[in-house]
Amino acid sequence: MIELSDVHKAFGSNRVLRGVNLRVETGTSMVIIGGSGTGKSVAIKCILGLVQPDSGTITLDGRDVTKGDRDAFLARFGMLFQGGALFDSLPVWQNVAFRLLRGSLKRPKDEAREIAIEKLRRVGLTAEAADKFPAELSGGMQKRVGLARAIAADPEIIFFDEPTTGLDPIMSGVINDLIREIVEEMGATAITITHDMTSVRAIADQIAMLHDGAIKWTGPVDRMDDSGDPYLDQFINGRAEGPIAAVR
Amino acid sequence: MRLLLHPLALLGRNVLAALAVVGRIALFALETVSHLFRPPFYAREFGHAVMQIGWLSLPVVGMTALFTGGALALQIYAGGSRFNAETVVPSIVAIGLTRELGPVLGGLMVAARVASSIAAEVGTMKVTEQIDALVTLSTNPMKYLTLPRVLAATLSVPVLVGVGDVIGIMGGFLVGVGRLDFGAGTYLHNTLDFLEAWDVISGLVKGAAFGFIVALMGCYFGMHSGRGAQGVGRATKAAVVASSVLILAANYLLTELFFSA
Repeated sequence: MIELSDVHKAFGSNRVLRGVNLRVETGTSMVIIGGSGTGKSVAIKCILGLVQPDSGTITLDGRDVTKGDRDAFLARFGMLFQGGALFDSLPVWQNVAFRLLRGSLKRPKDEAREIAIEKLRRVGLTAEAADKFPAELSGGMQKRVGLARAIAADPEIIFFDEPTTGLDPIMSGVINDLIREIVEEMGATAITITHDMTSVRAIADQIAMLHDGAIKWTGPVDRMDDSGDPYLDQFINGRAEGPIAAVR
Repeated sequence: MRLLLHPLALLGRNVLAALAVVGRIALFALETVSHLFRPPFYAREFGHAVMQIGWLSLPVVGMTALFTGGALALQIYAGGSRFNAETVVPSIVAIGLTRELGPVLGGLMVAARVASSIAAEVGTMKVTEQIDALVTLSTNPMKYLTLPRVLAATLSVPVLVGVGDVIGIMGGFLVGVGRLDFGAGTYLHNTLDFLEAWDVISGLVKGAAFGFIVALMGCYFGMHSGRGAQGVGRATKAAVVASSVLILAANYLLTELFFSA
């Protein structure tokens, strides 16, 4: 279980997180929604230690994430970045097998390549893509490679940062279905951040609405439409009028 | 506006900001060096960096040395002829190149070519979240990106300087023999007779220091790049300017250290 308690983070005078409290149960798929610039990415970067919170605590299975063996901690995670964040200088298969080619999870090169090709197949890419460079792939294919890299070492927890941004609706649907299937198949805990409501309905078990640096509403996806929460209502219906200012 | 009316406050703010950058760069340098003694090491990244920084800089450093050696021979001949000392051309060309011009001009050319490319590459990795991705894949960016580049530059720039010395002396030789009527044997004889080992070694040590500076600045400004194309552009410019100025400053300090009486 991942738990954030009263997490604050400011960049200069910009207070991005103002007391975030969130609990994600093991094996569930949590989707954090909220407008652009509300701190969704900062929240998951705080969990991973990519950004240090100013105050508050973040625990994984009851243990403070800032303490203990960092490598062992990170080995439990996989992450799909918004732009893919693939390494341009490495061919696709080495991107996917990056963790398997070095560090504590290192395996022989042939075995790592085999696993990479199997993971690429899992996300719908052929073995021919394995030896291409990321720049030779379309946006949708790069997202799939990013997804394959996120699941390459069979992580317990997977983060998806805006998984469908920049993709056409059909490709978005494909990626959403893949994420749902993979999370169920692996029994992983997933945290997805998005403002794409189609993704929310396809991926989520639970939803958390982040606004003004705090969680305004959290609950199961099937209660989303009759939550009675004015922030969530305005957001999921895409209305300009409501408690969330249209111009931020 | 208020700051403009209070010049001391403006000066103080800028001095504090500059000192903060110096402190951050010093800590960055110390952290880089500390990784030299802590595994894991990325040999493949190091080999790739040696190719990019050392081998592929050879043409530009070689051409710089060749033309500098030739121009130096012409200048020293013209200056020397004012007091009938034309015969010093080979030895002054050799000493001038090995002690000063080889390392400094080679270092500046490497700064232009390598600091810019490292800052642009690492900066782009920063803004496209590739550095965050490295961390999530349990790979320390200082070990994977910075150390291999800094080590490769520190070891390969002295080699470039050494090759540049030979090419520069050859430039002087070609001009001396072809344009200034020196005998080939006499030119080489004069070069070797007056050149001491320390002239060459001091230049190579300078080359190592300049290589360290160039790669460190490229990595530092790349890792601290701002957002977007503009951020990467600023990081690249800052890396080239900082490494060029630091090379010239370090050159003065090392010359003072090596050659002051």
